[in-house]
Amino acid sequence: MAPDTRTISLTVNGQPHVAQVEPRRLLVDFLREDLGLPGTHIGCEHGVCGTCTVLLNGASIRSCITLAVQADGASIDTVEGLAQGGELHPLQDEFSEKQGLQCGFCTPGMLMRAREILAENPDPSPGQVREAIASNLCRCTGYQFITEAVISAAARMRASKEGVAP
Amino acid sequence: MKPPPFAYAAPDTVEEAVGLLTEHADAEPRVLAGGQSLIPLMNFRLAKPGYLVDLRNVAGLSGIRREGDVLVIGAMTRMAEVERSPEVAVAAPLVTEAVGLVAHVPVRNSGTVGGSLAHADPAAELPAVALALDADLVAAGPGGTRVIPAAAFFTGPYSTALAADEILTEIRLPVWPGGHAFTEFSRVHANFAVVAVAALVELDGDGDGDRIRRAALALAGVAPTPVRATAAERALAGAPADAATIRAAADAAATSLSPAGDLHASPETRRGLARTYLRRGIELAVARARNER
Repeated sequence: MAPDTRTISLTVNGQPHVAQVEPRRLLVDFLREDLGLPGTHIGCEHGVCGTCTVLLNGASIRSCITLAVQADGASIDTVEGLAQGGELHPLQDEFSEKQGLQCGFCTPGMLMRAREILAENPDPSPGQVREAIASNLCRCTGYQFITEAVISAAARMRASKEGVAP
Repeated sequence: MKPPPFAYAAPDTVEEAVGLLTEHADAEPRVLAGGQSLIPLMNFRLAKPGYLVDLRNVAGLSGIRREGDVLVIGAMTRMAEVERSPEVAVAAPLVTEAVGLVAHVPVRNSGTVGGSLAHADPAAELPAVALALDADLVAAGPGGTRVIPAAAFFTGPYSTALAADEILTEIRLPVWPGGHAFTEFSRVHANFAVVAVAALVELDGDGDGDRIRRAALALAGVAPTPVRATAAERALAGAPADAATIRAAADAAATSLSPAGDLHASPETRRGLARTYLRRGIELAVARARNER
């Protein structure tokens, strides 16, 4: 017997999608396997490590403990949506520049969490960034370079918003 | 590490949701709120419900409102919304302080107040808050709604007075006229607390005004359910709000506890933490009560 499926409609990185999913399909597996967007990583699968972090209607969530059916009607942003027209997002650029990644496993989640942090506070202190990224585990960098990258990206994003070349 | 198959419905009304729980009783159905506790358990296959009733489309279950001296929080209200709410900060600052200690932002963006209460983890923050404030929990079932006092709601680890066909719809929190504090010890910031304390103190308005009129103290992490420190509450009522009184009350409360030991902490450690965090919580609540006057 074919498994019971539901139809869901959602927007991912600005693109509308309508899909059939099993109710047990995790959002992270839907993104990776069904939509072919493997940028979002799977780590602990119980909501602790944060590498599966994506934005749901602008708010960070753990896509490994969210069912795809729970995202019906929502707008999802993943790491694949950060770069625009072949240009890296300032966060990605600064992560590269400041060596905010080594193995890269945590990076998709870190970037999406950083995006939410800067949407709420465009000018955070290093202490505020450190506290906010405590939701995401990194085993390589010791967080110092990630914090520096987020602070640098914040400055560039503020400058470009004010119409000054970053 | 993926949930086993289950049937699923996302009804539009509480009545339909209750009806589905009744109709599919044989499938051991579970209610899905934010899923931040249930879905990890399903990923590990520690929970294998055959049917999930998702409350996401049910109108009227989410929201915050004030009804006189009561703050009402809908069961599906996300923790992040509660944390940011100026209305909650005014009417129930204990809730604001506690909710900020629940996991991390991405979990609070999805996790709900009702979900945390119905999940009833013995180390969770919000059950202790509900118990300290003598909150009323409103449940809807086949026979209509009923009100369950927090003192009767938590029946064991991950167990509540909710029947299998009942849904928690809202929590009603009396406004406390005085000082508050939520303090906890956890191994790592945002982990579950090893011991947590919710403290509420009201000072006497008359005379020299530095006597405690009444106190409400609840602890998490020291028993199968959150517990009130009733002996300490009695010792504080009518007593001077000084360091010696507070220390004696915290000592007495901690001594009367019989916490279990686990890999996080031995019984002795938990008792010691309860003593320290009770003392700090009461002191902070007293200081805030003084500032209120």
